[in-house]
Amino acid sequence: MAPEVRQMPARKIPFVGTPDTNPETKPFFDAAAAGKLVVPRCKDTGKFFWYPRGISPFTLGPVEWVEVSGNAKIYSLSVMERANPPYAMAYVTLAEGPTMMTNLVDCDFKALKIGQDVKVTFVQTEGEGPSMPCFTPA
Amino acid sequence: MSLRGAAYIAGAWEHPTRKAPDKSIALLHAECAKGALADAGLTKDDVDGYFCAGDAPGTLGALSMVDYMNLKCRHVDSTDVGGSSYQLAVGHALEAIAAGHCNVALITLSGRPRSEGMATGTAPRAGNPGVPEMQFEYPYGPVTANMYGMCAARHMYEYGTTSEQLAWIKVAASHHAQHNPHAMLRDVVTVEDVVNSPMVSTPLHRLDCCVISDGGGALVLTKPEIAKSLKRPLVKVIGVGEAPKHQAAGDIDLTYSGARWSGPPAWEMAGIKPSDIKYASIYDSFTITVLMQLEDLGFCKKGEGGKFVSDGNLISGVGKLPFNTDGGGLCSNHPANRGGITKIIEAVRQLRGEAHPKVQVPNCDLAIAHGTGGLLGSRHCGSTVILERE
Repeated sequence: MAPEVRQMPARKIPFVGTPDTNPETKPFFDAAAAGKLVVPRCKDTGKFFWYPRGISPFTLGPVEWVEVSGNAKIYSLSVMERANPPYAMAYVTLAEGPTMMTNLVDCDFKALKIGQDVKVTFVQTEGEGPSMPCFTPA
Repeated sequence: MSLRGAAYIAGAWEHPTRKAPDKSIALLHAECAKGALADAGLTKDDVDGYFCAGDAPGTLGALSMVDYMNLKCRHVDSTDVGGSSYQLAVGHALEAIAAGHCNVALITLSGRPRSEGMATGTAPRAGNPGVPEMQFEYPYGPVTANMYGMCAARHMYEYGTTSEQLAWIKVAASHHAQHNPHAMLRDVVTVEDVVNSPMVSTPLHRLDCCVISDGGGALVLTKPEIAKSLKRPLVKVIGVGEAPKHQAAGDIDLTYSGARWSGPPAWEMAGIKPSDIKYASIYDSFTITVLMQLEDLGFCKKGEGGKFVSDGNLISGVGKLPFNTDGGGLCSNHPANRGGITKIIEAVRQLRGEAHPKVQVPNCDLAIAHGTGGLLGSRHCGSTVILERE
């Protein structure tokens, strides 16, 4: 008999402010609304970085916004079992380089492992807020 | 010019309360100030430099507090880096005293998260959306417990550290707390008790976490001439270091803390090495915090912290490195959710020979008090203080 998989109710993802609060990050939110993961890249060094900002953290130079693959590996995770419903906090390392904070969703939390391949999926935040990138096993 | 020995800790006092629903935060600050000044043998009118951090009430907390206590200061500093702000303040007071900007520096901390029913480590706190990282972190529910949980999970993945090894840190703290009448948790616990306590955020259990307490503490630093005119044992500041660590634009490495950078300048200034230390106060918001800082400060090799803390090695009278002999944040006190100042206070007690006799380290002449403020998994500040009994 196959083990019973406990279905966790998905945590509602909150947002604070609006995308207009930080207008420099508009390209990220516009792409997320269209289901695309766009990550900022330093034009001087060609290196991607995270979190989104309108100035390069490597050179304080200009930034370009580039759609990436959405493929990543779990760098670390912590399942917040004390919360109701529980949720899986994680850092994932994008195939393009930077590591970003996210949640792991639509999966059995107990089966998640560091190093595991994951792919992006967008979740709309509460109150018809903007969509945010989450990740799920590839 | 080295600042080694340019200031002494003349007064140190920890508020005995752990729950203070009938007192304001400002009053607790002032009571701590009174306690530390009395300990030093000084009065409030001797204070000419005041140091506090984000726990002081209001957005201009230093101004509110010098007004409330009616202090006449010529130097003020309210640098806030969370729970290690008080290690930082010792360093900054050392600099200010050496530069002649003040002669008697008062540092205070207080808060009452317990009375206010704050879910300190488990409830996401929405902040100002204009804080640049806020919109890329808050939606995911970063809280204290999971931001330390991710560090523990990665440390286990890279080095094979186990929950049982982390549990030894709580076990050691509990052995010390049984002798502290003010400690919140005085029962001695076992490794099994820790790993069988409810999971909070994987892999950290309830007993891997510190307590939530009201209270506070204060320190008085003075220049050498004044310290030597007082009647208290001489506790000299011989090494300080501070270093923020952050996400480095996405180049994240959760296996080490800011102690990797704040430790070396402090050791260099002090002219000593980790094996010279007789007593260590190590910030203990969680068990994993202690383990990583011990590695980063050089008490053992990176990745060997689990082995180092096992089998009672941190228990006074049993192991090689007695730590947090008051019971620390894990068992005694974590006032205002900031454990930095109590680390320094217990180090001063040890150096004066005034710790509880059951945990007093014999011939304790060199001690370290290290803090980590902020969140170990995202942004924090390591700050190191090394003290010598003269």
